[in-house]
Amino acid sequence: MKIKFMLNDRSQTWHTEPGESLLDLLRRHHVVSVKKGCDGSTCGVCTVLMNQKPVLACTVLAVRCAGEHIHTVEGLADEVEKISEAFGIEGADQCGFCNPGIALALYALKAEHPEADAAEIKQYLEGHLCRCSGYQSQVKAALRYLGEAS
Amino acid sequence: MKVVNQYVPSVDGKGIMLGRPAYTDDLAAPDALIVKVLRSPHAFAKIVAIDTQAAEALEGVELVLTHKNVPRKAFTRAGQGYPEPSPHDKFVLDTYVRYVGDEVAAVAAIDEKTAQKALGLIVVQYEVLEPVLDFESAIDHASIIHPEEGIREMFPTGFEPKRNIAAAYDMHVGNVEASLASCDVVVRETFHTQAQAHAMMEPHTVNARMDYQDRLLMYSSTQTPFHVRRILSQALDVPISRIRVIKPRVGGGFGGKQALHGEMLVALTTLRTRKPAKMVFTRQEVFESSYSRHPMRIDIALGAMKDGTLKAIDCRILSDTGAYGEHALTVFMVAGSKVLPLYNKVDAVRFGGQVVYTNKTPAGAYRGYGAIQGNFALESAVDMLCERLEIDPIVFRRKNMIAEGESSPIFEIMGEGTEGTAMSMETCKLDTCVSRGLTLIDWHKKYPRQTLPDGRIKSVGMAIAMQGSGIPYIDMGAATIKLNDDGFYNLMVGATDIGQGSDTILTQIAAEVLMTTVDRVIVYSSDSDLTPFDAGAYASSTTYVSGNAVLAAAEKMKGMLLDEAARALGCDRELVRFDGATFTADSGENISLSKLSNRLYYNEDQQQLTATASYVGTKSPPPFMAGLIEIDLDPETGEIDIVDYVSVVDCGTAINPKLAIGQIEGGIVQGLGMAHFEAVKYTAQGRLISNDFLSYKIPTQRSVKNLQTEIVHSYEPSGPFGAKSVGEIGIDTPPAALANAVYNATGVRITSLPITAEKIMAGIAAKKGEQSL
Repeated sequence: MKIKFMLNDRSQTWHTEPGESLLDLLRRHHVVSVKKGCDGSTCGVCTVLMNQKPVLACTVLAVRCAGEHIHTVEGLADEVEKISEAFGIEGADQCGFCNPGIALALYALKAEHPEADAAEIKQYLEGHLCRCSGYQSQVKAALRYLGEAS
Repeated sequence: MKVVNQYVPSVDGKGIMLGRPAYTDDLAAPDALIVKVLRSPHAFAKIVAIDTQAAEALEGVELVLTHKNVPRKAFTRAGQGYPEPSPHDKFVLDTYVRYVGDEVAAVAAIDEKTAQKALGLIVVQYEVLEPVLDFESAIDHASIIHPEEGIREMFPTGFEPKRNIAAAYDMHVGNVEASLASCDVVVRETFHTQAQAHAMMEPHTVNARMDYQDRLLMYSSTQTPFHVRRILSQALDVPISRIRVIKPRVGGGFGGKQALHGEMLVALTTLRTRKPAKMVFTRQEVFESSYSRHPMRIDIALGAMKDGTLKAIDCRILSDTGAYGEHALTVFMVAGSKVLPLYNKVDAVRFGGQVVYTNKTPAGAYRGYGAIQGNFALESAVDMLCERLEIDPIVFRRKNMIAEGESSPIFEIMGEGTEGTAMSMETCKLDTCVSRGLTLIDWHKKYPRQTLPDGRIKSVGMAIAMQGSGIPYIDMGAATIKLNDDGFYNLMVGATDIGQGSDTILTQIAAEVLMTTVDRVIVYSSDSDLTPFDAGAYASSTTYVSGNAVLAAAEKMKGMLLDEAARALGCDRELVRFDGATFTADSGENISLSKLSNRLYYNEDQQQLTATASYVGTKSPPPFMAGLIEIDLDPETGEIDIVDYVSVVDCGTAINPKLAIGQIEGGIVQGLGMAHFEAVKYTAQGRLISNDFLSYKIPTQRSVKNLQTEIVHSYEPSGPFGAKSVGEIGIDTPPAALANAVYNATGVRITSLPITAEKIMAGIAAKKGEQSL
């Protein structure tokens, strides 16, 4: 079947199969910022924005995206660059596999609650597993990004 | 220094965060065949019959591989120096399956659905055998896990497969028995550590295609691309010149990718079908069918005199390598060689034991590589000894621990599966690490415990640790620097960035020598066709070994540039000054690097300038650290809040302080996961239950409240700009530090990892029982 949806502010009409996840659909179309890290909704690396809210693309059926707005880091480059700068300053970059998902979460957090403190950031990012960083540098980077944004 | 030891953001952070194609699966051919593996449902079984007809007949299936149609040549998947200390005990596919999740057959199909369906059509008849699940009863068990012919050790490693022994080792200095007998106080304890999962975020991923020269081109998410190429060539009988292995961006490794996992089956698929093929491990496969940390039982005895002089250490270990013997001997030896020299003033030390096979997920390399296991036992036992001696554990450690200028006979005796290399500590700021750590955590105010108003107990605990910097005389790293027109450089390294930031720090080293900025040095790692050799990212080697290679290559390039500038300026080389951008003769005449480069490539004296250098260590200077933990423990529930973890580290000069701190903090939190809650659970039949992120919890944002991490001033003369390596040291201290803090809070000594609330409550209950008797 074909679905029509907005991906990064551009209309796309893509073929999908019943049961295909948004994650598989996006990766099949080479939207590779969206990663696959687990077998279902436990790691956070496939996070995308659906109508500006973070969702796990592995647990969203592609057909459910018909008519919806999906954003990935590819479509939010200006803001993601700011997040990346904050990560760079705090030394929060390591393997990077979780970074696009975290960037989208921080983008959403900024819209929802730009005054978030460290504890609130930790809570907001808890679903984003990272095995490299020990997390503290990510929180510092998030505070820096939110601080500069506000 | 202008670039080294300065703030430099990682060279690749932005592109990665922007989602540019970088990782192995991002680079797979869109039409790649999907390779899926049929995995054993039994812990130990012999394949009596296997019928693949229906699977092969299924439309869309291109290839089915079983033990009947693959080469049979034993190899080890371990990516290590060659010949490897690991036994060659693995076949591409075998008639035996040795753990739940072991490979039975593989299917290559046009899509995942078809591949899955085909797996279901393969009919296997097993003769189910009695598995060996308890590693403490593995030796001389009625079931022999590797009864097959054709397996072997590469040099004497104590390999006795008919007894389920993968490796064995013994060493001693002095007479331990006599020394212990003469001590005022002796403590003996047995410790157990678990099979921690690596849980790197990017699953094991590989893809292959035949290139236009009809060579096998592989993208592999590996820590060791050159070892992958060699092992594929040896096991599949393909000339090594016909294989190219590219390591793209790797999404974390921690030792788990210091091996071949999907590479063999994907390579065979592409070689047979001539079509692109790929495999991405499911998370369940990462847990069940890749690697874990070696679980160990550690029996340790420490003997000391009343005045607090440590006299003897006796350490006997039984290690569980699971179904295959990857890294079996070397991880075992590191549990001694990078742990016991911490207390180098003893009269006698003895270390030995065996590594046994079991029918469990194979153990392999994992950050710390034995040192975290050994450190848990030693640093727990030191606190136990101090209590018996009624001596402050800080005072005791200061009196007995290794110091700058000192050595240990262990360095010469124990190496990478062979003899080691004598060395004395040119840098060891352990004393400073301890002092600074005590200050940062406010130890004297909090030690040993305080009762909080809410009834919880605040306590502190600590441990010291050491690691290494590469494997001397074995593991080599090389670097090539190429000058381009307009005067920018390419830095090509075999060193393998797996997320730890080595591309960035190696660029910094080159830029510092060449007096330029990191944006003028374009780094590329690693590609077996294009980059020079490097053993890979393991054994805390990249900063020290590969870094020294980059340093030497950059010095060489600088010399070449001065030669060419002197020629262009028509003066003696000794009279040319270079500031990174301009060459100036003593006459005042000058030429820019850009102009000189363009002259070399377009105008006069044309030639390509390329400098290659190699480095192999002649020693392995250890980084050192003190790790101190503050916890709030609820005596009603046993629950622990990790309030603070202080790490003070001597890693020599930090080439990139922020990234070095990232290595330390990442190690600390991974170590805290192992120490506190990463629990491995099997069924009675040997199936791994903890095989996803719901049943196997790794630390999240909220697992640790605060980290304080400092690097002390230190300069290792043999390292690049004074650096030692820092990739592993962070993981070593948390288990013992937490165990000591729990003891300080409750008087309960937990001797098996992880240190869970349940174990603490059981300990508290047992103590109450004792008191009421």
